Amino acid sequence: MFAIRKYCLFKVLIVGLLSLGFSTIALAKNHDPLKVAFVYVGPTGDAGWTYAHDEARKYMVEQLGEKVKTTYVENVAEGADAERVITELARAGNKLIFTTSFGYMNPTLKVAKKFPDVKFEHASGYKRSKNVGTYFDRVYQGRYLTGMVAGLMTKSNLLGYVGSFPIPEVIRGINAFTLGARAVNPKAEVKVVWVSSWYDPGKESEAANTMINMGVDVVTQHTDSPGPINAAEKKGVYAVGYHSDMAVYGPKAHLTATEHNWGPLYTAKAQAVLDGTWKSEDVWGGLSDNALDLAPYNKAVPKHVRAIVDQSKSLIAEGKLHPFVGPIKDQSGEIKVPKGQRMSDSEMLGMKWYVEGVQGKLPK
Amino acid sequence: MDIDFIANILFATIRMGTPLLIVAIGELVCEKSGVLNLGQEGMMLMGAVTGFMIAFHTDSLFIGFMGSVVAGALMALLFAVVTMHFYANQVATGLALTILGVGLSGFMGRSYVGEALTNIDFQIPLLSSIPFFGKVLFSHDVLVYISIGLAGAVYWFFKSTRAGLVVKAVGESPESAQSLGLSVLKVRYLAIVFGGAMAGLAGGYLSLIDTPLWAENMTAGRGWIALALVVFASWRVERVVFGAYLFGFMSIMHLVLQSFGLSVSSNLLATLPYVATVVVLVLLSRNQQRIKLFAPMSLGKSFHGAH
Repeated sequence: MFAIRKYCLFKVLIVGLLSLGFSTIALAKNHDPLKVAFVYVGPTGDAGWTYAHDEARKYMVEQLGEKVKTTYVENVAEGADAERVITELARAGNKLIFTTSFGYMNPTLKVAKKFPDVKFEHASGYKRSKNVGTYFDRVYQGRYLTGMVAGLMTKSNLLGYVGSFPIPEVIRGINAFTLGARAVNPKAEVKVVWVSSWYDPGKESEAANTMINMGVDVVTQHTDSPGPINAAEKKGVYAVGYHSDMAVYGPKAHLTATEHNWGPLYTAKAQAVLDGTWKSEDVWGGLSDNALDLAPYNKAVPKHVRAIVDQSKSLIAEGKLHPFVGPIKDQSGEIKVPKGQRMSDSEMLGMKWYVEGVQGKLPK
Repeated sequence: MDIDFIANILFATIRMGTPLLIVAIGELVCEKSGVLNLGQEGMMLMGAVTGFMIAFHTDSLFIGFMGSVVAGALMALLFAVVTMHFYANQVATGLALTILGVGLSGFMGRSYVGEALTNIDFQIPLLSSIPFFGKVLFSHDVLVYISIGLAGAVYWFFKSTRAGLVVKAVGESPESAQSLGLSVLKVRYLAIVFGGAMAGLAGGYLSLIDTPLWAENMTAGRGWIALALVVFASWRVERVVFGAYLFGFMSIMHLVLQSFGLSVSSNLLATLPYVATVVVLVLLSRNQQRIKLFAPMSLGKSFHGAH
């Protein structure tokens, strides 16, 4: 017994010494770990937007291990507060900083000027500089596909959409969802209710309730909490989630969800900084880049529905199908995108009109 | 528009108004005793997270709610000790309590994000099995009825009990109350803790019944709205009830009007509950003399009398 233990101890010691030696060599090669920082607009526990970013941070750590060291600051208000936080993070020796909310755009650019050797990545913005890149995912592809699921699952042909604020990003999602639903079910129509907030579980679920009471039998959302899923579960109708798999909040209701998948992008960006190949660019990753995905289907989704949606999913990933390809009519029936023509990225980014099939007027 | 539709709106109105009503009633009692506790949001969040955690592990809503109440009361107790024994400024302490509650609840609930309550029995045992009445009265949230009962009890408490008079006396003039041999500290302690327990209960309502999940900051400012409600209702129970439901109704109308396709800016519509509630309550209480009658005169002032 003792002998064995002694032997073991010896072995451990040797292995330990050896690995210490190796790691010193490795360290000598790679210097210190790359310090990467994240600025979040909400709490990491919001089960939505910020949660998805933080999951991606964890994914990056898993992938790159010792090569990176991450920190994050949550609940950072957009504006002056953000500038202070980003400056502090840059000063603390972080060489790559992800600022993950639209309102961080100008603060990020301002701080980036003062720290030319630090790389910045700003989510959802459109202004870049030498050391500031931007990125976003093509959520509309997921919206289109989940719209198909909703269009095939609805019995009342009335779908509900809980919106936050009428900005192009949200309108684009509503339109893609509507186009997807109508591609498989021309009778489908979409009701929209704006809650004027990104995050208010009670109000979001009440908005879903209101629409369900008016005959909607599949609800989805462009807000950050699982409130609407919860409402659908209680009322016995279906729901489509957003940001991450929200099935746990509505085991029967949750058909699928559009999930952000920032992990691979974050890992690639950090690797690029490590390799010295980082450059400022705009990444708008889609299904083909694995930048987003659909959450697993509910068992209520029948095989033929899955087959149709999965096929469209691979067509989109291969670039053979585009959600915003003409003919697309607006609400008045006027053709906005001629047959066969595809909307450009900048047209999609500035979208301020509803497609045919959305009920109600777009608030100004 | 059919009767079902109206019933749905009214039902939703009550559901939106209930958490506000519970917090506001608690704060009203607290303010009547002369103490201004701005920590409602923090106490609510602590109630919400504690209730959720406990219900998650025990699979019992009832025990979850007990947890909510105790968590809110403990937060209030902290407030009471700091303001009454260390004479800290009530406004500053209340704000600090909110900040503490937001942070602490987020920290405590970290591993509960992404969890949902399952296998929870939403109905009260025995009562819900009564035919017809069980279904109509007891099969959805009991808290709605409890909140109305509470409002009624508090109304009666201030209107026709000696204890209610004592609380009011302490809120008007703690010095006189003390000279009459009343224990200012004891009364205020009880009022503050009652307020905290109510805020905790309202938080539990959000995380256990309204949207059975925990997410950081899920109260989304309801504590602040309740605080404003108490002032605009000029410290009168019946107006707090009315204001809470009015606010709930207007919040629902913001959503319903949109789903009818009304082409008014949704941002403008979103202000409706605030504007309507403030305007109506201000109009109701435009009589200065009467406000003075109901406003606790020594609200927010520390009491330095002997212990």
